[in-house]
Amino acid sequence: MIKLSQRLLGPVTLLLLALTFWLGLWVTPPDVVQGNLVRLLYVHPPIAWVALYVSFGTATIASCLYLWKRTRSANLDRIAYCAMEISVVFIALTLITGSIWGRPTWGVWWAWDARLTSTAILGVFALAYLALRRANDDPALRARRSAVFAILTAINVPIIHFSVVWWKTLHQGASVLTSTGQLNVHGSMLWTMLIGFVGFTLLFFWLLRERYRLEVKRDLKVAHSVDEALALRRREGV
Amino acid sequence: MTRVAWLVATKDLRIEARSRVLLWQVLPFGVIALLLSGLALGPTQAGKSSAGPGLFYLVTLFVTLLMINRSQALENAPGTKASVATLGLDPAGVFLGKALALTIELWITGLVLLAGSVLVLHTALVGTLQALPSILVTLATLAAAGTLYGALTQGGDGPATLLPVLTLPAFAPLLIAGERSFSAALHGGALWEWWVIVVVALVAYTAVGILLYGVLEES
Repeated sequence: MIKLSQRLLGPVTLLLLALTFWLGLWVTPPDVVQGNLVRLLYVHPPIAWVALYVSFGTATIASCLYLWKRTRSANLDRIAYCAMEISVVFIALTLITGSIWGRPTWGVWWAWDARLTSTAILGVFALAYLALRRANDDPALRARRSAVFAILTAINVPIIHFSVVWWKTLHQGASVLTSTGQLNVHGSMLWTMLIGFVGFTLLFFWLLRERYRLEVKRDLKVAHSVDEALALRRREGV
Repeated sequence: MTRVAWLVATKDLRIEARSRVLLWQVLPFGVIALLLSGLALGPTQAGKSSAGPGLFYLVTLFVTLLMINRSQALENAPGTKASVATLGLDPAGVFLGKALALTIELWITGLVLLAGSVLVLHTALVGTLQALPSILVTLATLAAAGTLYGALTQGGDGPATLLPVLTLPAFAPLLIAGERSFSAALHGGALWEWWVIVVVALVAYTAVGILLYGVLEES
């Protein structure tokens, strides 16, 4: 059952993403106020959802579990690292799609708005996480430091989430589901958006699985090359 | 924990007092950076006065990075980590002690730079004095965060270059909040909302430091 779901993850993800693009570009009507620009919103919020909550959530949970001595394992460190690496891509996509939408709507590609700035800061945090991993060769030390840094970085996520409430700058507040639980999107627009959210979430887990496999292979190769080097030195010694 | 914190803080401050790195290296660097900022702005007093809070915090950022590296370098002296481990010192106390020592050093530097900004950048003396409590809290928050991030970078490759990469995204909101509250004290405006950010960050970084500093010191 698990193997079947793993095998289906890729095709289902591609199917849902194709469905999102088809519904978003051809089936759904233009918005009364935004016109065809609304079509970008079928991908921007789902990408931001993955960037801020899914990938950072995964990295933070894996890091917390790594720091807890009972559950500490190299696999959790690998999951945190791979999730953070994917988050860099999704944060960049969030900023790019937001910028493309912002130019015709706000008249600028970039504004020093609280939501935009705090998201960009999160992107720098994610890059800093990758830099920190590069700076430490000892796997255990690298894993511990990365886990602490991931937790420190996660403090920024609630700040981004509530930034539109606390500062009330250019970026609009919650527009799909309001804080009172009221849905503001209906019909085919709502379904397209929901399929987009599921599709991009599955895309994250698909990428995570593939990246994780690569990381395991890389670690095995490093361990193997160390063993080979030791064997060579022993032979030289003889 | 408080006893260990006091021991570590006095140890760091004594080393600093004897080595005089703060007096002869860090403070001159800060004053020169402030003077150069004033020169870059040109002779108009109004421009300098409005840019004063931002430039003060920019120079403070450079100085803070130097001092964090310096504070962590003290722990890298031969035998220091082994002694701490052998003595069984509480890591939370070590964190608090190092953060306290760094806070005191930053306060001294901050006061000198504030005097410099009044003289060189023409920030109003009364407004600067009104901003003093918020500046002291911001500097304490930078010290708490810096102690934590400093411990993350030590022992790896290129700690001096890695430290700014790790700290700048964390320091950015603190510097913005500090600059806004300083500007509000000088030119009028809402002060409390920026204070809240700095105080919440101080509590958060101190709590995380107390909880996780031990993990960073594990061997």
